[in-house]
Amino acid sequence: MLLIKNGRVVDPASGTDATLDVLIVEERIERVGPALAAPGAEVFDAAGLVVAPGFIDLHCHLREPGGESSETIETGTRAAARGGFTAVCPMPNTRPVNDNAAVTRFILDRAAAASVRVWPIGAVSKNSSGETLAEIAAMQQAGIVAVSDDGKPVATARLLRQAMEYCLPLGLPVVDHCEDPSLAAGAVMREGPRSVRLGLRGMPAATEAIGVARDIQIAELTGGRLHIAHLSTRASLELVRAAKRAGLAVTCEVTPHHFTLTDEDVTYDARYKMNPPLGSRTDREALLAGLADGTVDAIATDHAPHEPALKEVEFDRAPFGIIGFETALALALEQLLHTGRISLLRLVELFTTGPARVLGRHRRLASGEPADLTIFSTELEWTFRADQSASKSRNTPFDGRRFRGGPVATIVAGRIVWQR
Amino acid sequence: MRVSVPERIRHLLDIESLSAEQIAALLDQSKPFQEIQRMPLKKLATLRGKSVAIAFFEPSTRTRISFTTAAARLGADTMQLQAETSSLKKGESLLDTVYTLEAMKPDCIIIRHSASGAPHFVAERLPVPVINAGDGTHEHPTQALLDALTIRDRKGRLEGLHVTILGDVLHSRVARSNIHLLAKFGAHIRLCGPPMWVPRELECLAPNLTRMPHLEQALEDADVVIVLRVQLERIHEPALPLEEYVLQYQLTEARLRRARPDAIVLHPGPMNRGIEIEPAVADGPQSCVREQVTNGLAVRMYLLYLLIGGAPMDSPGAAHAAD
Repeated sequence: MLLIKNGRVVDPASGTDATLDVLIVEERIERVGPALAAPGAEVFDAAGLVVAPGFIDLHCHLREPGGESSETIETGTRAAARGGFTAVCPMPNTRPVNDNAAVTRFILDRAAAASVRVWPIGAVSKNSSGETLAEIAAMQQAGIVAVSDDGKPVATARLLRQAMEYCLPLGLPVVDHCEDPSLAAGAVMREGPRSVRLGLRGMPAATEAIGVARDIQIAELTGGRLHIAHLSTRASLELVRAAKRAGLAVTCEVTPHHFTLTDEDVTYDARYKMNPPLGSRTDREALLAGLADGTVDAIATDHAPHEPALKEVEFDRAPFGIIGFETALALALEQLLHTGRISLLRLVELFTTGPARVLGRHRRLASGEPADLTIFSTELEWTFRADQSASKSRNTPFDGRRFRGGPVATIVAGRIVWQR
Repeated sequence: MRVSVPERIRHLLDIESLSAEQIAALLDQSKPFQEIQRMPLKKLATLRGKSVAIAFFEPSTRTRISFTTAAARLGADTMQLQAETSSLKKGESLLDTVYTLEAMKPDCIIIRHSASGAPHFVAERLPVPVINAGDGTHEHPTQALLDALTIRDRKGRLEGLHVTILGDVLHSRVARSNIHLLAKFGAHIRLCGPPMWVPRELECLAPNLTRMPHLEQALEDADVVIVLRVQLERIHEPALPLEEYVLQYQLTEARLRRARPDAIVLHPGPMNRGIEIEPAVADGPQSCVREQVTNGLAVRMYLLYLLIGGAPMDSPGAAHAAD
C-alpha cells in the first residue's frame, strides 16, 4: 500500500484540482479523498506538489532493436521515468522496422523489465517503404496502439487512404509525419532569413502544411482517425483547427522544442537540427495559442536519441532529432504555465487525457484505475545536465538550462519507478 | 585622440562577425604584402619553421594554390589534405580527420568544405587558428577581403559605392561574404539574378541591399560589378536552361555600358566564358580578374602572418630576402 498525502490532485477527466490523498493498493488506485488513513501504508508526502494521472508520451524513439548504441528500451524508459512519463509510444523506425508482430513482441518482451509502460506504434507500410500495408491487425493483437511511417510521411495519398480505411474498424489512429518530400529534399532547417544567413538549405513552412492538407482531405474522404505528429507551423495548425471545426477525427501533437525555440536559435551546432525544423516566431506564437485554445491535443517529446559520434559532425551531415523526455514538463511549465498562458489543469490535460484521447483511451485519477501517477513541482529550482541524463545520448539544446518546476516522482502500476 | 586598436582576431571564419574597423585594419595591413608580389624576390622568412595545414574537403585548384603560395612566400611549410586522396573517402569523420591533422601540430589550419559551418565546427574544437577558405553556401571571407582590396585600389574607397552582384546569390559564399563586407562600409548593394536564386530573405543579411530582377536596371550607374560563377557542377532546382541564363543575365559589353564608364568588373574565378560573362568583358579594360588573383596572395599572406604571429617585424620589407 502506498498513501500519497496532501498533494494537489489535478485530474482533467473529472476537473478535480484540490488537496487530496491518494491510496494505492497493489497496482490500482484504491481511493482518492481528503485525509485518508491507511495503517501500515508507505506514506509519500506530496505537500506542495502536484499529483496527476500518469503522463503519456505519444511520440518517441527508443532505438531498440538496431540502434542500441544511441538508446535501448531500458535506458530510454529510465529517461522517460525521470521526465514523469508513465507510458511512452516508440515509433516503428527501428532496425528492423516494427512492421510485424514478431518485432512488436520483441519490443514488448524487452519492455517487460522497463521503467515505464511501452505502447509501441507499428508501421503503416512494410519496412515503412510506402508500398504495401504492414501486418497491422497482427501487430495490434501483439500490442501496438497506432500506426505511422514516422521519419517520413506516408508515401502517397493512395496508401494513406488504404491505411485509414483499414484502420477504421480496428480503432487505430494513423499518425503521420507531414511534409512534401520535394520541398524537404536536402533541407536541414527552416527556410527563412536565418537559413539564408547561415548558408544552410531550408525547407519553407509550406512543406509541412502541404502534407497536412493532403492528410485532412484523406481523413474527410475515409472518415478515419488522423493524428498529425510534431505539428510545427501556423498554417498546419489552422488546417487542423478547421478540420476539427468541420467535425473530422483529426488530432495533433506539438513538441516542447517547437513551442520553446525558433529558427533564430539555430547555429551550426547539430543539437538544433530536427525535423520538422524549428520554425519562425510566428509559428511558435501560433503553437502556444493552439496549446492554450485546445486545438493541440497533446504535448509529445519526439525524443530522438543519437549517440555523440552521429551528432558531432557537420550540420549538413548530422541526423535529425534531439532527446526530450527529461525536459518536456519543465519546458511546458516555463513556456505555458509560468507565463500564464494556460491553467495547471490544461497543462496536465496535454500530458494525460489529451494523448490518451488520441489513442482512444481514457486517463483518470480515480478509484479502480491503474496506479500510474506523475508527481511534480511547479516551483522546484533545478538545472538540466545532459551528462546526467538517463538516456544513452546527449543531443539536446537544453543542456545547462535552469528550470522552475519539474518531475518529482513517477509511479507506474503502484510502484515508484523514479524519485528525485 | 587615440585610435582604438581593433580586437585581435583568432580565426578568420566569416566576414559577418568582423567589425568595419577590423576589416579596415586587415585591408590596410595587407597593403605591404601587395608590394611583395611586385618584388623580384618574393620570399620572406617570417614564418620559417611554422607549418600550415591546408585541408580541402572539396575540390579546388585556385584557392589551394593561392594559400599554398602565400604560405611558401612566408617561409612556412604546408601539409596538404585533399578530399580525393584522404581517408574521407573511407568514411572518416571530419572530427577524426582534423584531430589527426592537429596531432601533426600545425600553426594554422585552412579549411575548405562543402558543408556550411564546417570551419566553425573545427574552430570550436581545436586550439589552432582556423581560416575559412570557403564553406558550403555560407562564406568565403578571404575572397571578400581580396575583392575589397581590389575595389579600394581602383576606387579609393568602399563607402557609398554602387555595387551590383550578379548571379546565383543564394548559393554563393562569395556573394554572402561580399555583401557583409561591403554593407559594413556603407556601399549600396544591388542583387541581380534569376529570382529563385535571389530570394527576399537575402535582404535581411545587411542594410542597403536591393533586389533587382532586371540586369539593365541593376547595372545603371554601378561603380562595381561582381559577376558570380554559374556553378555548372551544381544541380539547381528547378534547373534553369543555360540559354535562359545567358539571355537574361550574361554580363555583355552592351549591358556594361549602363554602368558608370569607370566601372570595374570582378569575378572570383574560374570563369565560364560565354556564360555568365562575355569574353570581351572578361578581357576588357574594366576587368580586374588578374588583380584579384594577385591581391588574393597578399591578403592570404597577411592573414597567415597575423594569425600565426611569426617573427617580429616592423615591415615585411625588413625581413625580406632573408631566406
